[in-house]
Amino acid sequence: MNYKTDIVQVSGRGSAETGASHWFGERLKSVALIPLTIIFICIIAPLIGADHSTVVGSLQSPVKGFALIIFFLVTLKHLEEGLQVVIEDYVHTRGRVLILIKLNKLFCWTFGLVAIFAIAKITFAA
Amino acid sequence: MVELTLPKNSRMTVGKTWPKPEGATNVRAFKVYRWSPDDGKNPSLDTYFLDMDKCGPMVLDALVKIKSEVDPTLTFRRSCREGICGSCAMNVDGINTLACIYGLDEIKGDVKIYPLPHMEVIKDLIPDLTHFYAQHASIMPWLETKTDKPATEWRQSIEDRKKLDGLYECVMCACCSTSCPSYWWNGDRYLGPAALLHAYRWIIDSRDEATGERLGELDDPFKLYRCHTIMNCAKTCPKGLNPAKAIAEIKKKMVERTL
Repeated sequence: MNYKTDIVQVSGRGSAETGASHWFGERLKSVALIPLTIIFICIIAPLIGADHSTVVGSLQSPVKGFALIIFFLVTLKHLEEGLQVVIEDYVHTRGRVLILIKLNKLFCWTFGLVAIFAIAKITFAA
Repeated sequence: MVELTLPKNSRMTVGKTWPKPEGATNVRAFKVYRWSPDDGKNPSLDTYFLDMDKCGPMVLDALVKIKSEVDPTLTFRRSCREGICGSCAMNVDGINTLACIYGLDEIKGDVKIYPLPHMEVIKDLIPDLTHFYAQHASIMPWLETKTDKPATEWRQSIEDRKKLDGLYECVMCACCSTSCPSYWWNGDRYLGPAALLHAYRWIIDSRDEATGERLGELDDPFKLYRCHTIMNCAKTCPKGLNPAKAIAEIKKKMVERTL
């Protein structure tokens, strides 16, 4: 028998005090991705169809390398935060939510670090 | 996980078709959700026929006529019959609204009436609003002050009073919250548009001295941030209010206080 009052059930464990930072961070990254995506397209589009040595040669510029790393970092962090919201929306068992959020972080950060490593390898190979 | 199909005991069945009124020429069909906790049966959709020449213009008039003249077991809430009490909130023709101010002439064809969506049903058209009311109580819907009580009233400028317009009119009918998919999926933790509109009404009140505490209590991924600006709340509100805007204003204030 559950004798908890309605107000106790609604209040739960109180405020997590993380909602605003997550929400605002997600929106900031959305805005930042507008110029970053344009820059990414400007760097990559001319290389479509080019051979390997041309691509490597073009990406050895520190400015381009830095821009690509920033693009991947912001994209992957935005992906992580967005997927976390989807998980919180549709998965209702707290244990599952926790596991999925951690797996989401692992996936996004692994992918991001591999991308950064690959770009850095090309940029600093010169 | 989210369920996309109804549980077995919630699936609709075809209900009773009641006889047509004798001698009537202007007859309209009403398909009404029926469920009783007493008989162990699944919910059904009963069909009633009314003589529209002898019926009032609103959906509530038709329901009252059905209860008075056809089927006294039909159960629904109603009180003021003028859109002030919020009791007769239900889903009419696919829209959450107040039956007392929704005209039958706004509906084409048969009139379909269901209880507010995604709420536990107590009987027929009556949803269980216990949790909804507790959520409202949790946002402290009253003036919180620390200063000594003034000898007369707490004063407020005309400009500050105007900020409450579009907020104080809410009658807590639950039409908005029960139209919100985020509230359907996470209604246990997400406060929903109605409670959040009321929260903003007190956050924005110039006389209130607990703004920080109120915002702090809402700074939670579930209480506030399940709102994804779907806007069903604003579309369905029978009082023409905009809870989504109030929620957006709370989010703005959340960010402002960190800058």
